[in-house]
Amino acid sequence: MAVAGRAQGATPKKFDVAAIRKDFPIFETGIAYLDSANTSQRPRQVTAAMMDYFERYNSNIHRAAYAIAEEATERYEATREKIRGLINAASTKEVIYTRGTTEGINLVAYSWGRANISSGDLIVVTLLDHHSNIVPWQLLAAEKGAHVEYVDIDEKGELRLDQFADLLKRGPKLVAFNLISNALGTINPAAQMVAQAKAAGATVLVDGAQSTPHQPVDVRALGCDFYAFSGHKMLGPTGAGILYGRRELLEAMPPFMSGGDMIKTVRTEGTTFHELPWKFEAGTQAIAEVIGLGAAVDYLNGLGMDAVRAHELEITEYAYEALSEIAGLTVYGPPPSRRAGVISFALAGIHPHDLATIADRDKVCVRAGHHCAMPLMTRLGVAATSRASFYLYTQKDEVDRLVGSIKEAQRIFS
Amino acid sequence: MSSAADDQFYREYILDHYKNPRNFGRLEHPDISHEEDNPLCGDVIGMDFKIHDGVIEDIRFHGRGCAISQASASLLTERLKGMPLEEAKKISKADVLGELGIQISPARIKCALLSLKVLKVGAYGLANDEVED
Repeated sequence: MAVAGRAQGATPKKFDVAAIRKDFPIFETGIAYLDSANTSQRPRQVTAAMMDYFERYNSNIHRAAYAIAEEATERYEATREKIRGLINAASTKEVIYTRGTTEGINLVAYSWGRANISSGDLIVVTLLDHHSNIVPWQLLAAEKGAHVEYVDIDEKGELRLDQFADLLKRGPKLVAFNLISNALGTINPAAQMVAQAKAAGATVLVDGAQSTPHQPVDVRALGCDFYAFSGHKMLGPTGAGILYGRRELLEAMPPFMSGGDMIKTVRTEGTTFHELPWKFEAGTQAIAEVIGLGAAVDYLNGLGMDAVRAHELEITEYAYEALSEIAGLTVYGPPPSRRAGVISFALAGIHPHDLATIADRDKVCVRAGHHCAMPLMTRLGVAATSRASFYLYTQKDEVDRLVGSIKEAQRIFS
Repeated sequence: MSSAADDQFYREYILDHYKNPRNFGRLEHPDISHEEDNPLCGDVIGMDFKIHDGVIEDIRFHGRGCAISQASASLLTERLKGMPLEEAKKISKADVLGELGIQISPARIKCALLSLKVLKVGAYGLANDEVED
């Protein structure tokens, strides 16, 4: 079992990027991958854990009384405890598996939202939010006759906390914002914002899609009611994500999806639902993906989230400086100390798509577009930006290659 | 360091049409005016037409976008000016891509065909889904 053997391979103890990159076979293709805010790459340990399930104990969970199904159930549930530890939730009952951040936010919008938002209520989100943390609230507001207000940004791409405080005075029912902006990399003062919103009586959802992969997270210290994130941005596979919710809120919420595995008893007269967390997990789940996500958490824990953040800060400072030196290049967003490993920028006279195409010729993967943040793009007065984003495996050489592609684009378009 | 110049993706005449777009701007009192956007990137192209006796007498395009979408629109307006509508109807995706003369990756096809979509939806009033690929 060569593949399974690698699954148990030790994670590098010291933060050694060259050693880390050996765990990621995709880098053997020679790409410079600067799009980790979009989706991360996955180490062998993750794909091997998934293959191990498929090839050795593939079976459904929570249903069968034979050994491989018990192993599948055990490993599937083991991920829940790993996630609980990673985000410091009080209980695994507060850790709900979803397909990703979008589903987690929609679960709250449909289940909590439909039960708690009514006509005239105010929902506060921000201009830094991803469409997945805007559109579900717009739909909910339209259905209930509630309305949505947006916290503006200042010229550095940081939230205007004065305006946030003003909006809180109007007593919003819900405040939802991302801890880190996927489009600009801005790190929001989340703990402070949650405390203010809670003091104003709001329920608070934090979109953790960009924070969980990149820095230590403690949902209890944060104090939020809900916290959603995706596995595929944190070394895990697509199709597995997490919604954290405070237990008393989750207990009171009606189910979102219904069907098999989320019930206690079903009779023709009616149904009683399973306890947490399974009440929110209807149907056969993404078993292999959840097991893969568990391996991803092991990998991250092996490195330590503080070390991951420290490495990314170093790369971000390096890239920020290198990009800022290029004539005709505008970097959006705050200085490196207050941003995650994301740099959005514009080149005078060169459309982001054209840069992305030219960079692609150099095997440099960089994102061009609105980053699912069209209200933010409108606020910045652009249709799109180019975005380079980094992760624990990013090395300075990849940033240098991007700089080379930018200079090549400038030569072509000169 | 790049192969971009070698494989001629950004050929001189495409860059020329991007930097000096032909028929760029607006028409006063157009007979037809229509805009489309590329949901992938938010780029927008609009066209104004002056039609006389079934012939496209004058045409302007406006909007913002990448070199491919802008050059494609510029080339298309050059071709459309003075063309009978009946003939313009026969312009196909292959014609537009052929005129660009470069290999367009699947991700960029919508950039290249955005102006054709404006022409088809705007000038012929076709339902949007009829021109989707």
